[in-house]
Amino acid sequence: MRLFKWIAPAVSGTALAIAAPYAASAQNFDDPREFQAARDLLKMTPSGPEGKPWEQNLGGKEVDTSKYKKPGPYRICFSNAGVDNPWRVVGWINMQAQVDVLKDDIKSFKAADAQGKDDKQISDINAFVQSGDCDALIVSPNTTAALTPAVEAACKKLPVIVFDRGVLTTCPVTFVNPVGGYGWGIQTADFIVSKLPKGGKVLALRILPGVDVLETRWSAANRIFKENGVNVVGAEFTGGDNAKTKQIVEDYINKNGRIDAVWMDAGATAVAALEAFEDSGQPYPIITGEDQEDFLKKWKEKGLTAMAPTYPTYQWRAPVIAAVKVLKGEPVIGPTWKLPQPVITQGDLDKYVDDKMPPLHYAMCGCKDLPGYPQRWGGK
Amino acid sequence: MAHVARRINVALVVFLLFYLVIGLLQPNYLEPAGAMNFLRRAAPLAILAAGQLFVLISGGFDLSVGSLVTLTVVGGSMLTANDPGNTWWAIAALYATGLCVGFINGAVVAYLRTPSIIATLGTLLSVNGVAMMWSGGSPRGYLPENFRMFGRLVFHDVPVVKIFPAAILVFAVVWALAQWGLHGTVFGRRVFAVGDNARAAQLAGVQVASVRIAVFVISALAAVTAGILLGGFGGVSVDVGVGLELQAIAACVVGGAQLMGGRGTLVGAVAGALTLTALFTLLTLLGWPQPLKETAQGVILIIAVAFGAWRRRRTG
Repeated sequence: MRLFKWIAPAVSGTALAIAAPYAASAQNFDDPREFQAARDLLKMTPSGPEGKPWEQNLGGKEVDTSKYKKPGPYRICFSNAGVDNPWRVVGWINMQAQVDVLKDDIKSFKAADAQGKDDKQISDINAFVQSGDCDALIVSPNTTAALTPAVEAACKKLPVIVFDRGVLTTCPVTFVNPVGGYGWGIQTADFIVSKLPKGGKVLALRILPGVDVLETRWSAANRIFKENGVNVVGAEFTGGDNAKTKQIVEDYINKNGRIDAVWMDAGATAVAALEAFEDSGQPYPIITGEDQEDFLKKWKEKGLTAMAPTYPTYQWRAPVIAAVKVLKGEPVIGPTWKLPQPVITQGDLDKYVDDKMPPLHYAMCGCKDLPGYPQRWGGK
Repeated sequence: MAHVARRINVALVVFLLFYLVIGLLQPNYLEPAGAMNFLRRAAPLAILAAGQLFVLISGGFDLSVGSLVTLTVVGGSMLTANDPGNTWWAIAALYATGLCVGFINGAVVAYLRTPSIIATLGTLLSVNGVAMMWSGGSPRGYLPENFRMFGRLVFHDVPVVKIFPAAILVFAVVWALAQWGLHGTVFGRRVFAVGDNARAAQLAGVQVASVRIAVFVISALAAVTAGILLGGFGGVSVDVGVGLELQAIAACVVGGAQLMGGRGTLVGAVAGALTLTALFTLLTLLGWPQPLKETAQGVILIIAVAFGAWRRRRTG
């Protein structure tokens, strides 16, 4: 067994080294400064219109956009990394609905789906820039480093707004994103630490390794667990699959007799994890999931000790609003625009549970006031 | 002694070895309840392998089963629309869909003379596309409890074994049917004949085209059954079937089936599926990092298949 312990890091280290060129860049996923910055952001009171978090900001300065001012209505183009998961599906619908809201200012809205491929997105961006059909370009980058040159080239021709994942340049007018992965890790781990009985066992469930937004969620949570001497009995990758999640949790329940808390880096398989406790005849654990309806519904039905962090899908509304403002020459927050990243707690659970919405609808969508709600989001 | 040793399936030995290690790491796997849970976990893959075996023996591949599992789970949630009253006709509709997919696979292979690896790769893509279009890329509903019971229901207080998951019952029925079909009927002998030498089989009066269509239909029906169990166990997910086709083929090959057709046993395929499930469980229990787990999976698979081939050459 000692040999295995030695081989394991060596082999996985090699595997990571091979995978590195494909990752965004050689990033540090456990940066104490970023961790502290996220803590500070979470303490801040957002400024901006009440009840519209997608128009609010945490700190940041206004940038002058008068040089982009032109008469409307405008032609806006959007290069999308992909719509390959439920989070992006909800966000993409939010964005289209936001365009409908601003239809007096927006003459045309063209979108290109890169289907999760960097090379496709680079050519999408180039095509938009060369077409001359865009007054402003919104980019949701597939990966950070690979898309940077294309975004830099686009910046020279027209105003660019980036959101969700960033790029390694400040040339865009603004980069809209919520507090981020460190914030998620802080919010969730603080909750577990506050609820966990002394010596309680925590199981961490992660989707997959090597993705920046997921790695930082875990590194921040793990830092807090370590600081507080929490007993983390395992950190497993589920691949985001329900059946696999359920099997892993069953194995851990068998192995440890009892698991007191489950921490998750994303909530899509939270209900499957809870079912493993049901099927083993065990009491429900303390759990942090996400704002998907199936989890919120289960939480309410079973009276769980739970909280739901969010990576709010309402952030898809902000770039459209920002693009119109920029073209009107109105100031926007930049070059980094931090949106609030709320959590759903026991106190406001009822506000977010909605039986009429599909299981993986993200409740923190800020979409209830948008045209076509709820049918457009698959609701009844 | 040598004669007896030759007849024992190598996968069965490897499986028992793995299971023993699992039992040493986690003693409750050696208790009846632990063993029952393990069998329930292995049931979907074993069912897929049983169906896949017919296709492999006839000399083909069926790559479409993973996507058909996804379609079954997604389709099940769309058709039942949260109403337990819809479960029975929804299951019937899913089997009818499986029948069509299998028939199309078989017909394309038999009449258009397309290699099955290409034909079923095409089906994989289109069936996946249908599932994604239907669901909009994200689950649109839940599966009612009476649909889920096949994969989730567990009978408690059963004598001897303590607990008995319904999935094992489904698996036992499928196994019995497949065992009879492959090793106990004229049809089964024809499947072997087509895989051994299709031309010779045809000259001997076997309707090669109908045998080919039948094996793909069997594989597709097995996939729908596995989908019902997986959806029942884990609930709705749009990537439940990803990679299962290769696991099913690997299970058959570990169990001694020959990729070029004409050789294979149902006991072997089931033992192969148990071996793979034991391997996945073992690697989770060891707590190895993910990249190492995947590497180990690959290496062990290659060793098992190479050992089987070596032994066959030695013993003829």
